[in-house]
Amino acid sequence: MGKTLAEKVWDEHVVRTAAGEPDLLYIDLHLIHEVTSPQAFDGLRLAGRGVRRPDLTLATEDHNVPTLDLDKPIADPVSRTQVETLRRNAEEFGVRLHPLGDVEQGIVHVVGPQLGLTQPGMTIVCGDSHTSTHGAFGAIAFGIGTSEVEHVLATQTLPQSKPRTMAVTVEGSLPDGVTAKDLVLTLIAHTGTGGGQGYIVEYRGQAIEELSMEGRMTVCNMSIEWGAKAGMIAPDQTTFDYIEGRPEAPTGADWDAAVAHWRTLVTDPDATFDKEIVLDASTMTPFVTWGTNPGQGVPLGASVPSPEDFDDESDRVAAEKALTYMGLEAGTPMRDIAVDTVFIGSCTNGRIEDLRLAAEILDGRRVADGTRLLVVPGSVRVRLQAEQEGLDVIFKEAGAEWRGAGCSMCLGMNPDQLAPQERSASTSNRNFEGRQGKGGRTHLVSVPVAAATAVRGTLSAPTDLAPGATV
Amino acid sequence: MDSFRTHTGVGVPLRRSNVDTDQIIPAVYLKRVTRTGFEDGLFAAWRNDPDFVLNQPAYAQGSVLVAGPDFGTGSSREHAVWALQNYGFKVVISSRFADIFRGNSGKAGLLAAQVDEKVVQRLWDLLESEPGASVTVDLESRTLRAGEGDLAVEDSFDIDDYTRWRLLEGLDDIGITLGHDDTIRDFESTRPSWKPVTQRV
Repeated sequence: MGKTLAEKVWDEHVVRTAAGEPDLLYIDLHLIHEVTSPQAFDGLRLAGRGVRRPDLTLATEDHNVPTLDLDKPIADPVSRTQVETLRRNAEEFGVRLHPLGDVEQGIVHVVGPQLGLTQPGMTIVCGDSHTSTHGAFGAIAFGIGTSEVEHVLATQTLPQSKPRTMAVTVEGSLPDGVTAKDLVLTLIAHTGTGGGQGYIVEYRGQAIEELSMEGRMTVCNMSIEWGAKAGMIAPDQTTFDYIEGRPEAPTGADWDAAVAHWRTLVTDPDATFDKEIVLDASTMTPFVTWGTNPGQGVPLGASVPSPEDFDDESDRVAAEKALTYMGLEAGTPMRDIAVDTVFIGSCTNGRIEDLRLAAEILDGRRVADGTRLLVVPGSVRVRLQAEQEGLDVIFKEAGAEWRGAGCSMCLGMNPDQLAPQERSASTSNRNFEGRQGKGGRTHLVSVPVAAATAVRGTLSAPTDLAPGATV
Repeated sequence: MDSFRTHTGVGVPLRRSNVDTDQIIPAVYLKRVTRTGFEDGLFAAWRNDPDFVLNQPAYAQGSVLVAGPDFGTGSSREHAVWALQNYGFKVVISSRFADIFRGNSGKAGLLAAQVDEKVVQRLWDLLESEPGASVTVDLESRTLRAGEGDLAVEDSFDIDDYTRWRLLEGLDDIGITLGHDDTIRDFESTRPSWKPVTQRV
């Protein structure tokens, strides 16, 4: 019987298998950042162990770094200590690091693909749940905890039980103005936050094939938000075109050998999945969340649901708690919800294509009075590219704040936070209570919805905007 | 890691589903570079509410947390496990755990015991009607029991064989893996040369 894409990549990385034990998987690339690594390096020191493969390890500073005043030392002493600890550890253990101020610094999941280090058929781990992003290239990529970070540093392997496989087939084409983000938010509302648990998911079908690499990364990025172990998309010409010519991509004969292998990384026609979900892209619309988990979402054209709408007792209780926390009343049209802050950025939607899309909508328009718009590029390279294209000018003329690269308000670990009860429309991935700042209220949205919302001050799609000066 | 066989301690009913890792410990508390001291961030937002379960004296010394489905969703932060442990929790009982949280628990020595949703419900009823009641968890036999009389709960829980074995023996995963160093070396010699590297060493 044939194999699925996930099974092929998994099997190629099994170092050791034994009855009653998890497989020992070889790890091709280990990405590291300042928040989840210090205790792992401490563990190595305590045990007198080194990093087995510094040449398969890359570190960057992203989670707690400021996006303003980059020429000054980090103001928060605890954040500064954490960043300095990463620098010390990288030096002591010989790990390549892109620190704040370096041209390759940025969010770890933006940096890997843009360097060309993320390639099809690899196993990639990082102490961050959004490592699933790299699955867009046909890699098995997943987030790990700090004990596992230490394990990979010491052994370049990880004991892992083989997950089941699931296919999410998205048929048809996405309508104009509907993005990969809307697709994945629609999916999560359909499955709930636990629907993917225990599965490696392969996204396939016409709508997935038609996505750019950026869009595919957005979809795979949010695999963890419905509980999946990892999300993957079979590599194709779009993938190869994205990788070719990047700094760490293979060249010459190596490129040919790599592509020849990558072309075999597709699910065989006679392979079977443990579970399948089929969605129709052509009926999808801009999708936004109303609650405090990514599964609590509705189309932008709908209204805030009532707890009574849910059959399941636990869903009903969760909806009640979410509405109280979010300060929303059932029946309110989503479009009537006014937001204070719009955040465009993160490993979900902080790549150059996202910024181009936002700029296209903001060009010649102004951010609404009383609303602030933060645009935070996912990496320094994205920032420089945007500036080369003049996007920063469009953002600034619209009244937005143009910031340095990092995770920023996605998780509010640096000073970019919501105040209590402040409401945001955010292109990030989590609307958990307090995620963007204590008491903050988050609506997850796509980039076009974020940009249109910034202009109108209420949750909106670009189609709600009056024609702009240059449109 | 210390070995884990049985534990008896005060049960804490947390009547919530989808307790994500940002609730267990918000990101602003993740800046320490040690494995200790994270108890101050545990359920930080909820602990501002005087009615929150851990603010009630009968539960404040709890060591067995009983929560709704999808416990530990979200971020990969092992700090969530450390915060629970630093506070004093030895066991979390839920009807469904997020994968990364369950993995982190197994590595750090916190027992994540999965039970049927009805068992969670019965434990909640018991622990709320008898605040301060103890729950006993036996990893060897994969059973838990609490209370006496009508409300008594006695049931089995799920945990995978390998994690159970490691917890019972208190084994260090890295040590086990390094025992297979030759196999890893053999595997490395077969990796294609075009696979990317981050630096030449």
